[in-house]
Amino acid sequence: MNAKVKTKAKPLTQAMSGADLFIEALKKEEVEVVFGYPGGAVLPLYDALYRNPIRHILARHEQAAIHAAEGYARVSGKPGVVIATSGPGATNLVTGITDAMMDSLPLVVFTGQVATGVIGTDAFQEADVIGITMPITKHNYQVRDLKEMPRIIREAFHIATTGRPGPVLIDIPKDIATTLGEDPAFVTEVNLPGYQPNTAPNVLQVKKLADAVAQAKKPLILAGAGVIHAHASEQLLSFAEEMNIPVVNTLLGLGSFPSDHPLFLGMGGMHGTYTANMAMYEADLLINIGARFDDRLTGNLQHFAPEATVAHIDIDPAEIGKNVDTHIPIVADAKEALEKLLETDLVAPDANEWRIQLKESQKEFPLWHSEEEEGISPQRLTKMIHDITNGEAIVTTDVGQHQMWTAQYYGFNRPNRWVTSGGLGTMGFGFPAAIGAQIAHPEDTVVAIAGDAGFQMTLQELGLVAELNLPVKIIIYNNQALGMVRQWQEAFYEERYSQSLIPCQPDFVKLAQAYGIKGYSVTTEEEAESVLNETLNSREPVLIDCRIKPKEKVCPMIAPGKGLHEMIGVKP
Amino acid sequence: MKRTVTVTVLNQSGVLNRITGLFTKRQFNIESITVGPTETEGISKMTVIVHVEDERVAEQVLKQLNKQVDVLKVTDITDQAVVSRELALIKVLTTPQTRAEINVIIEPFRATIIDVARDSVTIQVVGNFEKIEAMIELLRPYGIKELSRTGQTALTRGSQKQVTDLKQYSILK
Ligand SMILES: Cc1ncc(C[n+]2csc(CCOP(=O)(O)OP(=O)(O)O)c2C)c(N)n1
Repeated sequence: MNAKVKTKAKPLTQAMSGADLFIEALKKEEVEVVFGYPGGAVLPLYDALYRNPIRHILARHEQAAIHAAEGYARVSGKPGVVIATSGPGATNLVTGITDAMMDSLPLVVFTGQVATGVIGTDAFQEADVIGITMPITKHNYQVRDLKEMPRIIREAFHIATTGRPGPVLIDIPKDIATTLGEDPAFVTEVNLPGYQPNTAPNVLQVKKLADAVAQAKKPLILAGAGVIHAHASEQLLSFAEEMNIPVVNTLLGLGSFPSDHPLFLGMGGMHGTYTANMAMYEADLLINIGARFDDRLTGNLQHFAPEATVAHIDIDPAEIGKNVDTHIPIVADAKEALEKLLETDLVAPDANEWRIQLKESQKEFPLWHSEEEEGISPQRLTKMIHDITNGEAIVTTDVGQHQMWTAQYYGFNRPNRWVTSGGLGTMGFGFPAAIGAQIAHPEDTVVAIAGDAGFQMTLQELGLVAELNLPVKIIIYNNQALGMVRQWQEAFYEERYSQSLIPCQPDFVKLAQAYGIKGYSVTTEEEAESVLNETLNSREPVLIDCRIKPKEKVCPMIAPGKGLHEMIGVKP
Repeated sequence: MKRTVTVTVLNQSGVLNRITGLFTKRQFNIESITVGPTETEGISKMTVIVHVEDERVAEQVLKQLNKQVDVLKVTDITDQAVVSRELALIKVLTTPQTRAEINVIIEPFRATIIDVARDSVTIQVVGNFEKIEAMIELLRPYGIKELSRTGQTALTRGSQKQVTDLKQYSILK
């Protein structure tokens, strides 16, 4: 498509337009793919894209473009790049930017803006994107002068990908994109005196942690997504094994430690395992590596790890001591901190009794679910998906019950295979995120597990999947309800199901077919198994509408306001 | 508790918005905020008086401010030896009888009358927070028509040896 325009429409001088400069800068950052949607204010950028071979993925809605970029960033470790037009294009990105901010995903987001001369006049498709996104970005910029563009883009990529990753937005007024300027000097160094993330741990604190480990009787590691961002899974495994310390994961930390490892206690928090939560409750040393003590993990803070000396390794100093008093603060990259710790003279704690106690607890209080044969059990379905994909798939979810069942039952053994919206809990995230993940890893099996309600928030991306023939596997856990809302209404609102039952559902199979995608509907586990066996390892997209037991609940649970030790639904 | 925090920032567009937005987002309660250029071009300094619940929140204020890319330096100077000043303009109702009295009241504060009208005077006073509060209290009975304060700006003392801020505003002189 671009072939015939090989000769760049460049004037005779070395002058370049802002849009050309933008493309050059993206190339310098080695951007392979951008996710976006055009419109008036970004037409110059799109025109430059037309002449230049950077792959562009045209989502069907800007929200999906940015969730796809998040999925891409999550599994590849590279920054996701997004373009949207001014006004509505930019405001459609707000949910995704916030999501990326909460879950520390590196994104560089470009938005068009009305021309500099009319900014502030409520011009057509003007929105104060800088103002709107200030609290939801790690940093944001408006390009006011063409000369600044190369520096700003370099800084944006640097800020997005270093320290605690996050979204950075660059707002480009239309006239800046069309202005011709001298061939600018592209900068490679950044000079940001106010931004100097620290990655090396303080040796004294590391020594203090080593001493605490040697003294502990009930040590516990809590591993979060920081371990994954820092590529520190190997070091985590060595540390846990050498010291023989049990490990709990946060929701977003799943995959940072092998779920089939004998030291693994499962996920902690609201729908975590009983043993993981009791271990946090009783631990005398809690070593938090790259988790932010989110309220869904801690429950009522008064009852969180009341006995423990708390050590916290985090790249973001502001996370340390924010929610939980911390005795051993270590501001560092998780990998560097663990490496330093492993170099120290470590003495394994005398924690045999503790481990025995935890093993017994695991035996007595395993995750459980209704064993009723009739209908599809979502928990057994998840295990089935695990078995058929050998636990090797990249799995994305939306938000709700199916998300928790996947977290509990899929069993992640490797990092960067689990993609979910944790901090913001964004319905509509999972399916487009799967598209981004598939684009990052075209050869891998990518499974998008979605609820019937959340899937309908971004289902228009079936068009994108069909267009690119992306072999994404969409598995809908269809309980004909906003399941998680229904569960809370059952538990805390005396079964008043206010607006949580969807009386009218589309025929998901026909919907898939309308886009030229194979669709299946299954109502029994036998059917599900045969369809999953047939399709999960295929090279084409597929949608499977699984009619799960509509009343199945996520168990166990810490009710809102309760402490770790007050789990309900612990046993059948 | 009340903390005085100075924030040195790059003078980028929107930087004040960034800082106040952060205070709103994190529910930190600002009592006053002043901004102005420093001795270095392109660098401004803010002095923020903030009310926080406890030490933990006080620490969060500093850490969250520090995370901002445009913020170069954050210092809690509450417990340091500082000089802090604020300017207030106070329009007070007067009658021919009270005018002289008011003059006597403000004199020890080294305040000056900068505008006079038939039924009011406008007084300018510079000092630390307590001094200004004290003068306002003395003027209140006369009727304060309008009041405008800049908020405090502060510097740490050149020598950190605790030199008490000379209380030059005793009405006893
Ligand atoms: C954008 C958005 N709106 C509302 C919610 C609140 N919410 C959380 S879970 C849920 C129900 C999700 O239902 P479904 O997608 O069918 O998944 P299920 O819980 O049934 O697995 C809702 C409405 C949310 N998380 N995100």
